[in-house]
Amino acid sequence: MEFDKSCPVLREYGNEQSLLSRPDGSSTFVQGDTSVLAGVYGPAEVKVSKEIYDRATVEVLVQPKTGLPSVRERAREQCVRETCEAALLLTLHPRSSLTLILQVIHDDGSLLSCCLNAACMALMDAGLPMSYLFCGVTCAITKEGQIITDPTTRQEKESRALFTFAIDSVEHNVLMSTTKGSFSVKELQQCIAISHKASEQIFQFYRDSVKRRYSKIK
Amino acid sequence: MAAGFKTAEPLEYHRRFLKENCRPDGRELGEFRPTTLNINSINTANGSAMVKVGNTTVICGLKAELTMPPSDAPSKGYIVPNVDLPPLCSSRFRPGPPGEQAQAASQFIADVIESSDLVNMEELCIEKAKLCWVLYCDIMCLDYDGNLLDTCIIALLAALKNAQLPEVTINKDTDLAEVDMKKKKHLKINRHPVGSSFAVFDDTITIVDPTAEEESLSTALLTVVTDEEDRLCAVHKPGGTSLSAEKLQHCINRAVTRHTEINKLLNKVMDSMKTSK
Repeated sequence: MEFDKSCPVLREYGNEQSLLSRPDGSSTFVQGDTSVLAGVYGPAEVKVSKEIYDRATVEVLVQPKTGLPSVRERAREQCVRETCEAALLLTLHPRSSLTLILQVIHDDGSLLSCCLNAACMALMDAGLPMSYLFCGVTCAITKEGQIITDPTTRQEKESRALFTFAIDSVEHNVLMSTTKGSFSVKELQQCIAISHKASEQIFQFYRDSVKRRYSKIK
Repeated sequence: MAAGFKTAEPLEYHRRFLKENCRPDGRELGEFRPTTLNINSINTANGSAMVKVGNTTVICGLKAELTMPPSDAPSKGYIVPNVDLPPLCSSRFRPGPPGEQAQAASQFIADVIESSDLVNMEELCIEKAKLCWVLYCDIMCLDYDGNLLDTCIIALLAALKNAQLPEVTINKDTDLAEVDMKKKKHLKINRHPVGSSFAVFDDTITIVDPTAEEESLSTALLTVVTDEEDRLCAVHKPGGTSLSAEKLQHCINRAVTRHTEINKLLNKVMDSMKTSK
């Protein structure tokens, strides 16, 4: 994976929607070997302690492949939840709950961005109104200073800095940002520019996969 | 009358102030609240610090314990931060297991420690694969008025700076650790990360150091952690409305100036400790 300004290299990605029967919306998103399954329930009843009088309450659960959810999963949940809250039109469903469950099937790097992509496709599948779509992109800076997109677990371990961004589909601005490692301001701006280009590829993929699905339904 | 308007329409109340480029507590948009720092308040801990940023009060206690190093890093010790938001600090936190905000804050602090290379982990190792120090940093919020992450980072940094660890040698005959409480050494701190938090209102206005009500009314929150060489250790924006590149750059510039202010404060307090001894 080289630093090629014109075309960021992403691993092979795939997606399937509506694969589960019980959730209102479900999708699975695969990036290389990383795979996440998302299910959405909503709008549904909400506990009185959690209800908000003018908006829907969004709950996100990230289930790791093995073991119980730990502090790391809570941090991921916070990132995904706040991104979804900004994208969804919550005021259309006051005093309701929207529950998003993300199950990690396999983690081979870029897990948070795979979770964000699966979440967006599941929300689309559930038919929940959103003001824009979002996608997740992970960038890593190697020890030599190269910027690679969509790193595997091994590349993440060997990198000097790791960035995960959520980009929106309308204005292509950064919705969510989580970073690890230290870096300069210039490197941050370069990574945002590369993530921007990568997000265009992912949004095109969203359009193609939804078009293909609805062209089959008669 | 203003109090009634504030309760009925809090967002509109804040908007009126922001239009005049100021905030309800009289601060400018880019002004931080007064920060005070007090160190060594907990005698039973190896290091401690209490920080107040405006009304937000956070205390950090550091305890060092001896343990076996983890199998995947046998020549390194480790630091375990834990942020606790008890019901004492605000009515929004209920008793019971730590909520999402506390856990996400703990994970953020752990990431900052790792990203900024704060302490050389190899220094915490006493003997490879046998004995190492583990530093348990318990950060407890006593009064929550917004801007938790910045305050926690300052408290952690100050506690680490004034922590004193006793010297430990391993007796060759008995293979047991011997702790010499009389010989104490300070930890070597490589970098001094300092955080600056911002809140975005209505997608357009960015304010620095939000209070609890400003945080609840904002549409996005951002925390930037910088260190001495003007390198960024963390850009943490957990969702919310989007932020353009120029606004992000403006926030980073403000974070860099904040870094020099806090560094000066830390140095002043550490020097005053030395002179008082």
